[in-house]
Amino acid sequence: MSIFIEHLTHLYSPGSPLQVKALDDITLQIEAGEFLAIIGQSGSGKSTLVQHFNGLLKPSSGNIYLEGQNITVKGVNLRLIRQRVGMIFQYPEQQLFEETVFDDVAFGPRNLGITEEDVEKRVQNALALVGLDKQKVGSRSPFQLSGGQMRRVAIAGVLAMQPDYLILDEPTANLDPQGRDEILFLLDKLNKEQKVTIILVSHSMEEVARFAERIVVVHEGKVLTVGTLAEVFAEESQLEKVGLALPPITKLMKELNRAGKKVETAVFTPKQATSELLKIIKEKRVRGKKDV
Amino acid sequence: MFRNIIIGQYIPRDSKIHQLDPRTKLLSVFFLLIATFVISNPLGYLLLTVFSLCLVGTAQIPTKIFLQSLKPIFWFIVFTMGFHFFLTEGKELVHLGPLVMTEEGVKRGIAMGWRLLLLIVFSSLLTLTTSPLSLTDGLETLFNPWKRFGVPVHEMAMMITIALRFIPTLLEEAEKILKAQTARGMDFSQGSLWRRVKALLPLLVPLFIGAFRRADDLAVAMEARCYRGGVGRTRMKDLQMTGIDLWGLVFVLLVLLAIIEINRLGVWSI
Repeated sequence: MSIFIEHLTHLYSPGSPLQVKALDDITLQIEAGEFLAIIGQSGSGKSTLVQHFNGLLKPSSGNIYLEGQNITVKGVNLRLIRQRVGMIFQYPEQQLFEETVFDDVAFGPRNLGITEEDVEKRVQNALALVGLDKQKVGSRSPFQLSGGQMRRVAIAGVLAMQPDYLILDEPTANLDPQGRDEILFLLDKLNKEQKVTIILVSHSMEEVARFAERIVVVHEGKVLTVGTLAEVFAEESQLEKVGLALPPITKLMKELNRAGKKVETAVFTPKQATSELLKIIKEKRVRGKKDV
Repeated sequence: MFRNIIIGQYIPRDSKIHQLDPRTKLLSVFFLLIATFVISNPLGYLLLTVFSLCLVGTAQIPTKIFLQSLKPIFWFIVFTMGFHFFLTEGKELVHLGPLVMTEEGVKRGIAMGWRLLLLIVFSSLLTLTTSPLSLTDGLETLFNPWKRFGVPVHEMAMMITIALRFIPTLLEEAEKILKAQTARGMDFSQGSLWRRVKALLPLLVPLFIGAFRRADDLAVAMEARCYRGGVGRTRMKDLQMTGIDLWGLVFVLLVLLAIIEINRLGVWSI
């Protein structure tokens, strides 16, 4: 149960003078059920990479296996693959087109050819997942909603396909902190409760550090490192070389460590940092009491 | 999918032809097109062909690219020649069933095909060596006198410029929306014609909404910078005719005159 990418290379405009090697011999395994982040600077090839996972782009060479099935060969049922591997693009609200929120969310399920009854159930569930009430917004025009709501409707449109794998290309771009949190918590919920594999594309380490279990760092079309948060963040100098910064909280802990405080540096969220800092403070108090 | 489409064919090089003022090139093409259509004898064709080859050589554009620009018009030329070969009355050359190829037809067909070829070469030379923006600049300045008669020359040029600027942006957006809807199971390669047309809606609606939003944003941005049309507007880079432009134009006019003169004298005429 996984997506396996084998020696994937992608060329844009092959054979022309404008040929660009967007991806260069990428091999990568994505486990079912994991929360994976793909991180890299703009233009590193991360968006190009994920568009191969559901057959939107065809590799120039290499193979992609979805649970053992090669999806790059001719004759595969791409529609089925796209149902299983959902894809939410950057600014998904720009793809809304229907007259009502309900119809827009129902667009995907209807393309699957299921009964209208099932469609309705799926729409209701998907809207509920993103925190919208079908009764309230279902019959409204998606274009009357606020920006954050529009994005949630668009995400519901993909969730209604009930994918096993969900790819999100910078889903929090241009959202306020609250909107960003809502989306990240939604992803975490999907991952934990519904066992959806999440593949989050981002350039923000801070965002990635909150929920992702594993990180893939892409640079100039190649995989630079793959590993757990701790493994990837340990290579600070290498990350900085490719223009990625550690989350401020991790940086703080590293600085403290350098300044001689014995703190754990594999700290990625304010919560973890708090407990680490409390430890130092307690230790100091204990020592202080001893002195008296 | 849309990545291979190149708007305009401009190929930047550092040639004498590239350096010419766009107005010079526009006028030259105009004169050369007249020349192409008034030729009536082989010496004229020879002269114009040699001249066009000289221009192509000076422009430093690979021959391959010229041949590519001929591709879409190739069959048109073939058919034109075919029609002339068989549908002109005159001295019989070959019988092909009910079709009769005549000597006059072959002459006319070749002449017509050659003219079309020259036409393509001259107009390609213009678009290959002039960026779309400087072309519009050139057109705007050339049509400036019409302003007096109420023709909104500047506004039209501005519209062309903006349209050109946004074609790649819109193509990119269309590609993105297409992918997003494909990921949601959209398919417009199946079903009846009506279904396929309907299947375009999920692509067109977001594209139009995006275009209107962009237009709105652009209008605000232009107003914020006090744009108010062409009256009293100056340019950062004024078009300037230099010596080379003058000589170029004189030369082109001489070619045109030479061709008219050759026609009149009827040297080598057939």
